[in-house]
Amino acid sequence: MSALLSLSNVTKRFGGLLAVNSMTFDLQEGEVVGLLGPNGSGKTTLINLISGALPPTAGSVHVAGKEIAGLRADQIARSGIARTFQLVRILPSMTVLENVQVPAAFGAKSHWGGEIDRIARTCLEQVGIAHLARAMPGDLTYIDQKRLELARALAAEPKVLLLDEWLAGLNPTELQDGIALIRKLQSTGITILLVEHIMEAVRALCPRCVVMNAGALIADGTTEEVLADPNVIAAYLGDSHA
Amino acid sequence: MLLTTLMIGLVLGGTYALVALGLSMQYGIARIMNLAHGEFMIAAAFCAYVLFNGAGLPPLVTLLIALPLGYGLSWLVYSVMMHPLVKRAPNRGQLEADSILATFGLLFILQGIMLLVFGSDFTSYSYLNHPINLWGTNIAANRLVAFIVSLTLGLGLYVLITRTRWGATLRAVALSPASAPLVGIQVDKVARQAFAIGGSLAAGGGVLVSMFVTFSAAGGVVFTMKALIVVIMGGTGNLMGAIIAGLALGIIETFVTSYIDPGLSLASVYILFIIVLLWRPQGLFGTARS
Amino acid sequence: MVQKLLKPLLIMGGGAGLAAAPVVLSEYALGFMVSVMSYVTLATAWAMFSGPTRYISLATVAFYGTGAYTVAVLSETLPYPLVLLTALAIGVVLAAFVGMATLRLAGIYFVVFSFGLAELVRQLITWFEVNVTGTLGRYIFLPFETQHIYWQLLALAGFTIGLGAWIRRTRLGLAPKVIGDDEVVAAHSGIALARTKVMLFVVSAALMTLAGAIQSPRWVYIEPGIVFNPTVSFLTVIMALLGGAGRLWGPTLGVIPLMVLFEWLSANFPDHFSILLGALFILIVFLLPNGVLSALEGWMKSAKGQSNGKTIEEAQT
Repeated sequence: MSALLSLSNVTKRFGGLLAVNSMTFDLQEGEVVGLLGPNGSGKTTLINLISGALPPTAGSVHVAGKEIAGLRADQIARSGIARTFQLVRILPSMTVLENVQVPAAFGAKSHWGGEIDRIARTCLEQVGIAHLARAMPGDLTYIDQKRLELARALAAEPKVLLLDEWLAGLNPTELQDGIALIRKLQSTGITILLVEHIMEAVRALCPRCVVMNAGALIADGTTEEVLADPNVIAAYLGDSHA
Repeated sequence: MLLTTLMIGLVLGGTYALVALGLSMQYGIARIMNLAHGEFMIAAAFCAYVLFNGAGLPPLVTLLIALPLGYGLSWLVYSVMMHPLVKRAPNRGQLEADSILATFGLLFILQGIMLLVFGSDFTSYSYLNHPINLWGTNIAANRLVAFIVSLTLGLGLYVLITRTRWGATLRAVALSPASAPLVGIQVDKVARQAFAIGGSLAAGGGVLVSMFVTFSAAGGVVFTMKALIVVIMGGTGNLMGAIIAGLALGIIETFVTSYIDPGLSLASVYILFIIVLLWRPQGLFGTARS
Repeated sequence: MVQKLLKPLLIMGGGAGLAAAPVVLSEYALGFMVSVMSYVTLATAWAMFSGPTRYISLATVAFYGTGAYTVAVLSETLPYPLVLLTALAIGVVLAAFVGMATLRLAGIYFVVFSFGLAELVRQLITWFEVNVTGTLGRYIFLPFETQHIYWQLLALAGFTIGLGAWIRRTRLGLAPKVIGDDEVVAAHSGIALARTKVMLFVVSAALMTLAGAIQSPRWVYIEPGIVFNPTVSFLTVIMALLGGAGRLWGPTLGVIPLMVLFEWLSANFPDHFSILLGALFILIVFLLPNGVLSALEGWMKSAKGQSNGKTIEEAQT
């Protein structure tokens, strides 16, 4: 069976710095995979390479068999990849509902008219902020802005969802809500790659994890295996602990 | 002939570099895109003309007045016009847009005043207009003096900014206005200084240009345009880039006007600009943005 | 239901009234209305691109002048409709070229390019006329009275506003709003940034070119220095800003009071015209950064005692 998202030898170089070094791994349809690694290990850069925010220096990325490496971000979005951002990005001059309508209108299926309204409302309901549809996003609380961003990503009806520390910065109650929300998404069969530092969330959500250190892949396996891997522990805690 | 053209181009380029350096200070550090830059220059050129014809004051003396006067007036413009916009703007893009619009208005005010006072005719005066022999080519003394003064001012500023502690604060603000206050830099003060230095350089450039070029009240726009293009060619905020790009622009323009057609000077500048935009949009000496 | 019918009725009634204007207006007043219609077109077309994308175009007169000059060159050799089509095609090609060279990059490149574009085109045409054709300055002999030009410009202005209204309901209208808010989000939502900007710029420039082409017979004698007058670019921007570049009717609302003011200024203070305009321009940038319409809305909201003023400010920036 062929993978839904397939990375092979994806590399990014900034001048002399090798930020992402020949990353290769696959995501099967319906999988939820955690992308782990210490700060500065290249996780967000890798997400940027997949979503097209940055072009990779080398390597290839396939979505459902189609090459997307080197395409523009909008082309990649229309190929079925949606994402959230590490620092929340909202569209400040549009209402919450309009924010979510945007990818429905410009995404893979290019809906228009009443259809984008329907999709946007469904997505807002899915993340639990349907009652805020007419509010301005700047007035929302932090977690609601994060929910808005998630709804916006879902409105693209993506094949693959990339979550870049979507759960970061939430308080313990919000975190439980957040985890429950992603688990609910998981049950719809969507494929998710999530960058996360909160181990509690990783254990709860991801059966499988991919670990990066200094731009390179150091482990790929079930979450339990990976978290017990001496290489991974060394990467997180420094060599002396290994 | 070839060497003469090269020399004349280099001289013209020296003043372009100086004026562009001023614009680069204003845009790179103070974050103000000043479309009225050329009007400051022309105003200084008229000052030199009036003082020379009226009081017999040599332009090099006027230069000594123009530099601090340009600084003071620009300081005032920043305080009165730009500072409220800086305070109001929530992000850099908005400030850029507001400053473009505000200085676009200023351009018309300054140009209108100069048209009122001096009319729309081309003006020039004759100062140090005897030829000097240099490596077998003849070049007017005024051009040579202007070139030497421009380069001295330009390189002097470059050294100040790259080698001194004061220069380091300017560079810090240019790189990251948000984090400069964290190390105790008063961004507002630095931006005001940078804008004022920019105006000072424009005034100096104006006085120098007036020594060997005919100018008119409506001519500021073309100088602004060339300075803008030099700044972009050199890489935004890159001072050495601006100096080199200014010299290059002067040489290319002079070659086109003397070998092809004087009517195509602006076209040649634009062709260069388009080549840079298509080939290296980050500027000839800039680094790619990540 | 009544409200729904009211708006089209008002617009149709207004349009009919304007179309009948030549019957009652003096030649002078009609000439004034020609300028009004021309600027309604220019300011609305300007706002169509620069309003949502926030890329400030200072090149209005480059297109306007190109349109006018094309008519001057071709009016004796081609039938009038073909002349207009040719002008349109030249405007489109010029805009597409400028757009593709600059709109892929940060906004500042576009502003710099647009700042000098009119001067560049003027110099190129002058050079071409002096060196190749040997005729600098041309006469236009088209059998048009003022009212004929007025009707054409009224139609063009109506078409421009209608097109603006229609674009607002399409993806091409939504996309630049998203781009204006956040380019990264726009791209990741599937919006092709460069293509959207270039398309809007081309549409806007095409309308400006047509306005120049239609108005050109008013001059009778045309020379590059006359039709590439930078004041046109300046006035267009100031009118659109006064009314509000983010609204469909904003630019139109800005044209009328400013045209009256300009007329009065140029009659009473011809020498101080550009100084006063510059000062007015700066005032507008300072006091009404989002135009009269949104300022009014803000005042009404705060008068109603709602504390939403701040969020409106934030929303607009």
